[in-house]
Amino acid sequence: MADVTLTINGIGVSVPEGSTILDAARKLGVFIPTFCYDPELSRPGSCRICVVETKGSKNLTVSCATIARDGMVVETDTPAVLEARKTILELLLANHPEDCLTCGRNGDCRLQDYAYMYGIRSGSKFAGERHTYPLEDDNPFFVRDMNKCILCGKCIRMCAEIQGNNVVDFAYRGFRTKVTPAMDTSLAGSECVFCGNCVAVCPTGALQEKVLRSSARTWEIKKVRTTCPYCGTGCNFDLNVKDGRVVGVTSCDGDVNGRALCVKGRFGYGFIHHPDRLTSPLIKKDGQFVKATWEEAIGLVAGQLGSIRDNYGPDSLGVLTSARCTNEENYLLGKLTRAVIGTNNIDHCARL
Amino acid sequence: MTNPIGDIAGAEFILAIGTNTTESHPIIGLQVKKAVRQGSILVVADPRKTEVADLAKSHLQIKSGSDIALLNGMANVIISEDLYNKEFVAERTEDFEALKSVAAKYTPEYTEGITGVPAAAIREVAREYAKAENATILYTMGITQHICGTHNVFAVANLAMLCGQIGKPHSGVNPLRGQNNVQGACDMGALPNVFTGYQPVISDEVRARFESNWGCKQLPAKPGLTVGELLEGADKGTVKGMYIMGENPVLSDPDADHAAHSLKKLEFLVVQDIFLTETARLADVVLPGASFAEKDGTFSNTERRVQRVRKAVEPVGNARPDWRIICDVACAMGYAMQYDSPADIMKEIASVTPSYAGISYERLESGGIQWPCPTAGHPGTPVLHVGKFSRGPGKFHPVEYVPPAETPDEHYPLVLSTGRRRAHYHTGTMTMRTGALEVYYSKEHLEINSADAAKLGVKEGDMVKVTSRRGSVELMARLTEIVPEGMVFTSFHFPEVAINKLTNPARDSIAKIPELKVCSVKVEKIA
Repeated sequence: MADVTLTINGIGVSVPEGSTILDAARKLGVFIPTFCYDPELSRPGSCRICVVETKGSKNLTVSCATIARDGMVVETDTPAVLEARKTILELLLANHPEDCLTCGRNGDCRLQDYAYMYGIRSGSKFAGERHTYPLEDDNPFFVRDMNKCILCGKCIRMCAEIQGNNVVDFAYRGFRTKVTPAMDTSLAGSECVFCGNCVAVCPTGALQEKVLRSSARTWEIKKVRTTCPYCGTGCNFDLNVKDGRVVGVTSCDGDVNGRALCVKGRFGYGFIHHPDRLTSPLIKKDGQFVKATWEEAIGLVAGQLGSIRDNYGPDSLGVLTSARCTNEENYLLGKLTRAVIGTNNIDHCARL
Repeated sequence: MTNPIGDIAGAEFILAIGTNTTESHPIIGLQVKKAVRQGSILVVADPRKTEVADLAKSHLQIKSGSDIALLNGMANVIISEDLYNKEFVAERTEDFEALKSVAAKYTPEYTEGITGVPAAAIREVAREYAKAENATILYTMGITQHICGTHNVFAVANLAMLCGQIGKPHSGVNPLRGQNNVQGACDMGALPNVFTGYQPVISDEVRARFESNWGCKQLPAKPGLTVGELLEGADKGTVKGMYIMGENPVLSDPDADHAAHSLKKLEFLVVQDIFLTETARLADVVLPGASFAEKDGTFSNTERRVQRVRKAVEPVGNARPDWRIICDVACAMGYAMQYDSPADIMKEIASVTPSYAGISYERLESGGIQWPCPTAGHPGTPVLHVGKFSRGPGKFHPVEYVPPAETPDEHYPLVLSTGRRRAHYHTGTMTMRTGALEVYYSKEHLEINSADAAKLGVKEGDMVKVTSRRGSVELMARLTEIVPEGMVFTSFHFPEVAINKLTNPARDSIAKIPELKVCSVKVEKIA
């Protein structure tokens, strides 16, 4: 595809035909704020926070949805642009709880970021009616606080365009507009499968993972990229760790899954620190399990396996290894079975 | 899978047979939904009217266990209407005549008699598959967990080769594997007949190489026993001791009471797991392993992509990473098995496994790699069988339909099939302990067709007893049209509904996979 060349803040940049002004700006490293824009989703250009000035245009231009043209001259930080952005932020904050002190998304919220960036202290300039929706927390996975929703519609598009379920959409009109499942029920009463992919794209605190956002401030979290332990799809995600505990799972850009996860991948990590976890070797004595040291347990296992092998031959032993464990562990258990015990009696539940 | 997951959305035609994709593989389901949104033809063959069947252009509601007939019926249409890919068949395959003669019998009308799928639908779907620019077949345990599981897979492969729908993008034969590292476990030789990379134990040359690499005198040449055979050996007394890591056969194996009974007969059982599972309770020694979040390693997914698992937290209590435990046991048995890290183990795996030879932790830092990856500079292989099959020409293995081992009769008039629920996983060891999933989906139920329920006087929410020749369980009935008349369905996730007490351990003679998808049961209302 041919390239088009335009000028942004006085600097020339070439991008493939079909790129947006926002794409071109990002290529140059020029910052433009966005709320409703997402590279994987359709572009309604509805939030208007990404407006810029383009020479020859009477109105401000929505950079995320306007295709860059050859010779275009764009300015991203003119007084008119800044005024528009500030007004949008003031309008949004005028109908926002402004409870950043206790919000789980504090430190990871676009509304907060841009308010800071553009120096908007509150929405009092347009003070008026505010929403007082009840908090929706009747499911075990995430909380919906529609008072914090800025109607960017990313959750709607995620559900429709990536998850393919079309569970939520805009309902009502004007000030009463809200995102809701059919018949304005809670998600728990809808066809929602709780993949939480909407939560992954929410730019504010309107959608928050229940456990994650109530157990750690965003800046306390260390993220470790890994691969899901459930089905064979091999989704990647980030384990969110605080003080040596996994407190949540968030999307990364996985090779297979992008940011999409299912309900198990995103919300099925609680077993890691469950009190039922085995924390010590156990040896059965008189029908009861008794805690043992590793030395005792390993010694007993090695001794018993060795004596059965010596008494009855290696084929009297069998090993079941695990489709749940790592390649390295399966390899080593195979090596133990074949090279140390001396049998090919090794299998796992591939058939189940 | 012969093709990558990302390929599916681009297929012009998708046949999903024996896969409840959106429920069991939700993220692969997204690809299927995307394909449908983009205008691809989706055909679902499944006895149940699953969510993915609802999305399909055609839902072929086949009788349980009649897959071979359906696939042969499609082959029959494709051959008799001259729609097969003659160039591909001539250049890339052998024994076409054998397929042709077996398929001849499976006219659409004959096939309708076995499968219950209308002849016209079989014709239409066969034509669509053959004529599509690219067509993919997805399947899971609905194909494999039958006494003819291997033959079912042959029938799938025959169809793909017949139409040349393999060895190119957006096509292929694509089993969606159900466990995070079931592909990797197989790749690593966790099977009784092969070393890593499917190198056969019966090969003198292969054994000699492993003997020299592993520093041991004589590796056994005789293939070992499969899981079902090991349990039978335990029952008969020929298997005296077992080492079970991260498996729960007491709940996952068919005829579960028999599995527990067999394990109890062992002289010595060691179980290594993260929870005291139903199987671990029977052990003499229990070794606490580490969860995926507590160790480094790799998993290989269903599309053969080797990906990193990274340690995020320390193992709980005194638990240890499983690879360290195995090394400790080996050392205590007098074999020096020592590694600094899983990265070291991967180096050794790469050195003995041609298909993993180019894989290293350094490379995996920048993303997963799909094997075969024979050298450090090789990009990996997203699509298999391009230009050539590994054995040379692709061989048609024509197969005949056989009925399931157990078919309904007057005493056990219903077919029981088992599978998964989206919110749960396998025997529930993990998903029942998350603080969320088990709250959301807390109770299992039996799907029963409203017409059958009416005959039995069963109403929505009634407790029922489901009994097979091997055992019974009690659970709540849910009246639904998801299952057809004559069939009931539930999952194997809930220990209190241990459905594998009922399932049939009759196995496929080649792959030894049990027929978990079909057994005969009766349902009674509990007063």
